[in-house]
Amino acid sequence: MNKVIAVFTKESFLVPLVAIILGLLTGAVAMLAGGFNPVKAYVALLEKVFGSAYNFGETIRQITPLIFTGLAVAFAFRTGLFNIGAEGQFIVGMVASTAVGVSFDLPAYIHAPLAIIAGAVAGGLWGSIAGYLKAARGVNEVITSIMLNWVALYFANWVMNAFFIPAGQQRSEMIQDSAVITISWLSAMFDSARLHWGTLIAILAAIFFYVILWKTKSGYELRAVGLNPHASEYAGMNVNRNVVKAMFIGGMFAGIGGACEILGVFHYQAIMTSQPGYGFDGIAVALIGGNTPLGVVLAAILFGILTFGSAGMKFGAGVPVELIRVVIASVIFFVAAHGIVKIFVKPILKKKKEGGN
Amino acid sequence: MDWGLILSNLVHDTIVFSTALIFASLGGLYSERSGVVNIALEGMMIIGAFTGAVMTYAFQDSLGSLAPWVGFIAAGIGGAIFALPHAVASVSFKADQTVSGVALNFLAAGLSVYLTKIIFNGAGQTTTLSQVFSKWSIPGLHDIPYLGHAIFEAYPTSYIAFILVFLTWFLVFKTPFGLRLRAVGEHPRAADTVGINVKKMRYTAVMISGALAALGGATISLTTTSNFSHNTVSGQGFIAIAALIFGKWHPAGAMGAALFFGVAQAIKSLVQIFGLTQYVPTEFIFMLPYVLTILVMAGFVGRSSAPAALGKPYDTGSR
Amino acid sequence: MNPVKNVVEMRGITKRFPGIIANDNITLSVKHGEIHALLGENGAGKSTLMNVLFGLYQPEEGEILINEKSVKITSPNVANELGIGMVHQHFMLVETFTVTENIVLGNEPKNGLQIDIRHAEKEVEKLSDRYGLKVDPRAKIQDISVGMQQRVEILKTLYRGADILIFDEPTAVLTPQEIHELIEIMHNLVKEGKTIILITHKLKEIMAVCDAVTIIRRGRVIDSVLIKDTNPDDLAAKMVGREVNFRVDKIEASPKQTILAVENVTAMGNRGVNALNNLSLEVRAGEILGIAGVDGNGQSELIEVLTGLRKATSGRVLLNGKEITNQPPRNISESGLSHIPEDRHKRGLILDFTMSENMVLETYFHPTFNKNGFLDYGAIDKHAAKLIEEFDVRTPSIYTPARALSGGNQQKAIIAREVDNNPDILIAAQPTRGLDVGAIEFIHRRLIEQRDNGKAVLLLSLELDEVINVSDRIAVIYEGQIVGIVDAKSTTEQELGLMMSGGKGLDGGEKR
Repeated sequence: MNKVIAVFTKESFLVPLVAIILGLLTGAVAMLAGGFNPVKAYVALLEKVFGSAYNFGETIRQITPLIFTGLAVAFAFRTGLFNIGAEGQFIVGMVASTAVGVSFDLPAYIHAPLAIIAGAVAGGLWGSIAGYLKAARGVNEVITSIMLNWVALYFANWVMNAFFIPAGQQRSEMIQDSAVITISWLSAMFDSARLHWGTLIAILAAIFFYVILWKTKSGYELRAVGLNPHASEYAGMNVNRNVVKAMFIGGMFAGIGGACEILGVFHYQAIMTSQPGYGFDGIAVALIGGNTPLGVVLAAILFGILTFGSAGMKFGAGVPVELIRVVIASVIFFVAAHGIVKIFVKPILKKKKEGGN
Repeated sequence: MDWGLILSNLVHDTIVFSTALIFASLGGLYSERSGVVNIALEGMMIIGAFTGAVMTYAFQDSLGSLAPWVGFIAAGIGGAIFALPHAVASVSFKADQTVSGVALNFLAAGLSVYLTKIIFNGAGQTTTLSQVFSKWSIPGLHDIPYLGHAIFEAYPTSYIAFILVFLTWFLVFKTPFGLRLRAVGEHPRAADTVGINVKKMRYTAVMISGALAALGGATISLTTTSNFSHNTVSGQGFIAIAALIFGKWHPAGAMGAALFFGVAQAIKSLVQIFGLTQYVPTEFIFMLPYVLTILVMAGFVGRSSAPAALGKPYDTGSR
Repeated sequence: MNPVKNVVEMRGITKRFPGIIANDNITLSVKHGEIHALLGENGAGKSTLMNVLFGLYQPEEGEILINEKSVKITSPNVANELGIGMVHQHFMLVETFTVTENIVLGNEPKNGLQIDIRHAEKEVEKLSDRYGLKVDPRAKIQDISVGMQQRVEILKTLYRGADILIFDEPTAVLTPQEIHELIEIMHNLVKEGKTIILITHKLKEIMAVCDAVTIIRRGRVIDSVLIKDTNPDDLAAKMVGREVNFRVDKIEASPKQTILAVENVTAMGNRGVNALNNLSLEVRAGEILGIAGVDGNGQSELIEVLTGLRKATSGRVLLNGKEITNQPPRNISESGLSHIPEDRHKRGLILDFTMSENMVLETYFHPTFNKNGFLDYGAIDKHAAKLIEEFDVRTPSIYTPARALSGGNQQKAIIAREVDNNPDILIAAQPTRGLDVGAIEFIHRRLIEQRDNGKAVLLLSLELDEVINVSDRIAVIYEGQIVGIVDAKSTTEQELGLMMSGGKGLDGGEKR
């Protein structure tokens, strides 16, 4: 029992927790300023998420891509890279899986995995562009990956328009049934909420993340390069290759996320006027999750609840859904400036020490 | 086709589209010369575009053509205030400056639309402004064939931007303030030991940065788009950072790079006007500025001219 | 004569940092016009005390009197106003600025809104002439020598009207010739009415220039004496706390076959000019070859070429007769070359890895630890525990991050790892920098042990004493070339010093 308490009073746990609370408070202040009742709004948020089987199922649907993009950002972080391009990697993953899903007619046990693999590879390659430019040309990966997000968006629209969208429509043809990964019996249990195998794949991806980083030789190298590229070079590791590798694996996570969104949720791809946003939320998920796989899963659950529940705030309290973006941005800010958070955490830690004596 | 006219239009549009980038990259220059990475230029531009549009909207009926000026100035003030958290996080709390900047970008994107919806009854964008800046023609000069239209019929904000390039150069390279600013960005401990307040310099620089970037944002909403929506800025803050790096953290260099990136945007609008979209898919034209930025960054090797202490928090107590 | 007054008096100064008391009730008095040494080992608390005097740190307890008046020095600005100036060990100079810009920074003369740079340059020139410093006010810092940069630091204090100058380890980076000139400058300064406090751990310098010395050990004052009343052995014993013998005991070397041969190697430095020019040398089994030279003459580049971290543009490197020129670092280390890097935090350790993970930094991929791509952490931990025991690395556990260890223990861990590779040649670059005497002795013993086991050792150090004491032969590096090789037993500091500044060795021919 004491061990459990110890975990929950650890700084690595308290800082994100307090950052979340501060983020929600910032959101509350913004709501008060806008003339809304924050308590009513947050209650409406929770009611939306837990109010019906359908909505609960849809929340799980919302959480799934966040696990993927969170892992994508976190993996790159572990190798010292800021992968702000999960958004673009997610999008090209969507494109590749749509292409495979629509174009081929294969047995389901081949078609669906093939579509997911296509998404993974596309996301991975897209991520490695930024990785390669960083490694070979020393270009800041933050700027290139942001630019690549825009390029991905327009590229996706072009591919759809040119090859997959029937004239006069705004969305592609439906993917073949053999590529669909929706779980119909589970979906039926949740009043036809769009539940799919992608959620299980996300959990497996988190386990894969852990195993590769902390159990394998490759992971040892990736972490070493992330913590100290000079020492890694001295130790005979190929720093540049590891940078590209990290961005490829990170991009793969995001790409699978995009694929699952098409194959499990929409079954088609629409023309996008703006970024879907999963990649950006992935940054918050990774930071709050401390770039650990378990942390990412937990943080994805939290942010999935917040983003899905924001629609409830709109209906229940009239608060524009963008309020939740303000909350998420504030959480990222407080995690970055954890010095501010520690001011609030210190009294708790002190109390714990006194209590322990 | 009259190629002279096309060229004249291209230069004209380049200046229009570069103006925002010049403001923002000059803003980035102050911050980064003081040693604080400012990836939040995008968010600061968004706040500027939003504030400029809303304040102009508020005063356009009472003040008429003065309203955009009020909006413009308010944007600068709003940007400086909005930059404050970045300074607090980066300077006082030694946060990761990139992450803090990213947070501010998200905050700006969310906050601006949230407030827009509150102010405009749930609409995701402001109404079209009835009063925005109109172009100033320089008497005499704008009659020169081709050249007049190209250069001497520009928005007042463009003229201000070019004057600011000169002012920034003077301030940064000729005055005690500039010497100290650069010292803080190169070797903060050296500056500290001769009694320069490193924190104060960095706070000042980040806030100037916010103000200038916001002016850049306001330029967009008060000249080219005449309203504010979630995609008014759409990545130009990041292009401004690329311009700053490409321009080697020098005001004239940043201006040159901003003009270069402005060409990409100008081509985008020209292609649409001249009906070239039948040859090239629109999506590729939209991609152009971003692809160009990546190519330029990739072709431009080495960051040797970056301020030496860029991105490193300064810790007075470190031994 | 008037009784000489105390210009600086520090009484009962105590300064704590989390976990340690850096200064414990320290008292120091410095008389007008004297050169007063502050002697102590690395980490004894000398720099902390001077940072207190310069206003960079605030002491928890104690009082400071300047010119017999009690003062509170809350910032470097206050120190400047009181006439205290500091010549920092790591120069506080902006590399991209000119000499003048650096000197006037913070006190710029103005002409309207602009800095009056003309006026400032004249001012600097005048000061430079008065103290015989010969500094070019328009040169950029990055283009002038380290010795010149130090003079700019001195000018900075003089420009601000300092009467009390603190020199923090000023000779560490200088050539013997430059040290000689610095001593002259110090005498000039005293003649002009300045007072000097000299922080150092070098006994010879103290005996040569100082009037008085205060010895600090582990944050406390051990003694304060006049130079005429003391001798180097006495000072050494007081500094370390026991009798020390700076001579390293070792048996005669018996060198055998050549292990490492460097033939006409040329390589570029970071500034795009050749840092190594046709450099050749040989290291044999059973000997320690020391490399002496002033910092920045190609030492770092030489090591980087040998270890595969930098490309040679021409020439060959042979290890046991096999060519290893421009091979990747891993091939070289697998061929029998180990390397104790000069910057242990940058290259030697991954500070956030556990000690256990750090001990396999170059061997994690060997079959012992790596089973089909998965690491055997059981074997890794066992290996680490063995090395840590064997080399007496003081760490709470093998799972402690390297960051938490003291510098001496971090260095011992690196040496354990490198020696355990059983290399044919061990390259040790500045292996004792920043360490206390105990750790230094340990490391020197280990290097000699390698030699006695028939291995080759290449030692690079900026401390001339260390090179002379530990090596069997000494190669002197100057501007990327070996300008001479001498026998360590028969050479003198004077001879080496001359060669280090470009003069040829025994034939006495001046090169410059």
